[in-house]
Amino acid sequence: MVATEQRPAAPQRRRRPGRQLTRAQRENRAGLAYLSPTFLVVLVVVVVPILWTILLAFQRLRLINIRRSGLFGDFTLRNFEYVFTSPGFWSSLWTTLVYTIGGTAFSIIFGLIAALALRKRFPGRTLVRASVLLPYVAPVVAVTFVWEIMLSPQFGVTNDWGQRFLGWDRPIAFLSQREYTLWGVDVPLALITVIVFEAWRYFPFAFLFILARLQAVPRDLEEAAVVDGAAPTQLFRHILLPQLGAVIALLSVLRFIMTFNKFDDVWLLTGGGAGTQVASVRVYEFLTSRLDIGAAAAQGLVLAAALIVLLALYLKFFAPRVEEEA
Amino acid sequence: MDRATFETRLFGVLRWVVIAILVVVTLFPFYYMVLLSIRPIETVLANPGDLWAGPAEWTVSTYREVLGSVSSGGQGFVGLIGNTLLVATSATVLTLLISLPGSYAVSRLQFVGRRQVHFLFLAIYLFPAILLAIPLFTVFTRLGLRGSLFGLIIVYIAQTIPVSVYMLRNYLTTIPVSLEEAAAVDGYSRLQTLRKVILPLAAPAVMANALYVFMIAWNEYLFALLFLVENRGNWTVSLGLAQLSGGIEVSKTVLMAGSVVLTLPIVIIFFATERLLTEGLTAGADKG
Repeated sequence: MVATEQRPAAPQRRRRPGRQLTRAQRENRAGLAYLSPTFLVVLVVVVVPILWTILLAFQRLRLINIRRSGLFGDFTLRNFEYVFTSPGFWSSLWTTLVYTIGGTAFSIIFGLIAALALRKRFPGRTLVRASVLLPYVAPVVAVTFVWEIMLSPQFGVTNDWGQRFLGWDRPIAFLSQREYTLWGVDVPLALITVIVFEAWRYFPFAFLFILARLQAVPRDLEEAAVVDGAAPTQLFRHILLPQLGAVIALLSVLRFIMTFNKFDDVWLLTGGGAGTQVASVRVYEFLTSRLDIGAAAAQGLVLAAALIVLLALYLKFFAPRVEEEA
Repeated sequence: MDRATFETRLFGVLRWVVIAILVVVTLFPFYYMVLLSIRPIETVLANPGDLWAGPAEWTVSTYREVLGSVSSGGQGFVGLIGNTLLVATSATVLTLLISLPGSYAVSRLQFVGRRQVHFLFLAIYLFPAILLAIPLFTVFTRLGLRGSLFGLIIVYIAQTIPVSVYMLRNYLTTIPVSLEEAAAVDGYSRLQTLRKVILPLAAPAVMANALYVFMIAWNEYLFALLFLVENRGNWTVSLGLAQLSGGIEVSKTVLMAGSVVLTLPIVIIFFATERLLTEGLTAGADKG
């Protein structure tokens, strides 16, 4: 913010040289005043806590002695040492990455398919569109419970039907079985299940944005291509996809960030068990079951740092292309 | 038959297949939720695969248990609904009071640091909510705000304000500046213009925004869990339901009744205002 203070006032505002300065100043003051409540809330509830987390990560603090300790204690790297060497750290980072990439990719692919299918008008489209959005707007606690019960080995409809119609010889514990042997290959079953859940819950988000973009694609281009005898796949490849590039890139970044930091979905479905311990669940466990604030903060910072590195890599390799299209 | 004709026919059919699958996949879990909530647990255990229950089988005992007061052996969800309503409504009203002038400033006024605001908001999403939770947990413990609904409301405001400012800003930029200039000529101050000219014109966006914030606050789970878990009297519906599932003696059909109670208000609001909401959320997205 400091760096911009030297910047001259926007040129289009310069009308009469005599009054220009005071008017710009007044506008500046009003702008800052109007934004200040927003800024204050974000500062107090977001920025300061983040900075404080950084301080906490370098102190050995437990919840029991937090009441007595000050803001600055003895700084140490022991939290990070503890976090990096504690069992399961690297595997949980790997799990987070697989979960994030899987959840992001599938939600966008399904969202794209849904948007293409619902693009043209048909009777009842509004209703279908609204129901497709339901998984995204429904409360997370309720939908995770339904999934849990649907997939339950004892009384879930999935296992009952699987055994009756698909010839499964015994019920499959989708949410609590780490490995499942499918045609001789071990697949991480619980992790795949939470990824499928993630795709189910968030494809409406991708759908919404892609559909909005699709409806803004100029009709004449497509009509011309149809007259020239282009097939639907060619239309999609050469006319629609280039138009959708920017929105898909944006969605990828958004969904990647949100899934990477996701906590409630995995926590409610599996409690972080059976090979689904993503990093945010680890932070929560450090905080609540071990009451170790320092380690929780350190683990959280490592998570944020990993995300920033991944995003920087993404922007470095993909950003120029995105700007061209946008 | 050439490729274009063949594909046109193929995708003409596939489109309906996809639409059918979409409807089933998205609606089935909700149907299953309602179905289980009205069936007695014994019949669910006996025939877990049944997807239909005749009216003769229906029961409301699950709902009676969920909504009944704790003293009468129920789970006291009526009180939890009250808490959640209070939190969600306060968060909505306060968020709008704060974000409306904020978004007006970002969309209309030239001020120092205007271009940096977006980076600030984006940065919020880079940090996991759980990371914010650690210091907030600590501060709230110290201030004695942990366990209070007030603390939760503040957190929800901070969580929804960036999106709220962004959505409102997109809408406000579509309102012609000339209207404001006319109001200025008529002697309106900036605040009067905002209240008497901009607010009525932006009503649809404000409404969509309000619904969005309300839904986020109604559905939220993590912060409610962290801050309120020790104070049963202040639980929200989401938290109450999640805590209920830990109890062994609570049957799954009761859990589903609780899920319906939690989901129904959101579904009603959503279907009543779907167009408003989706247009509000994606405003600007169609510009690429």
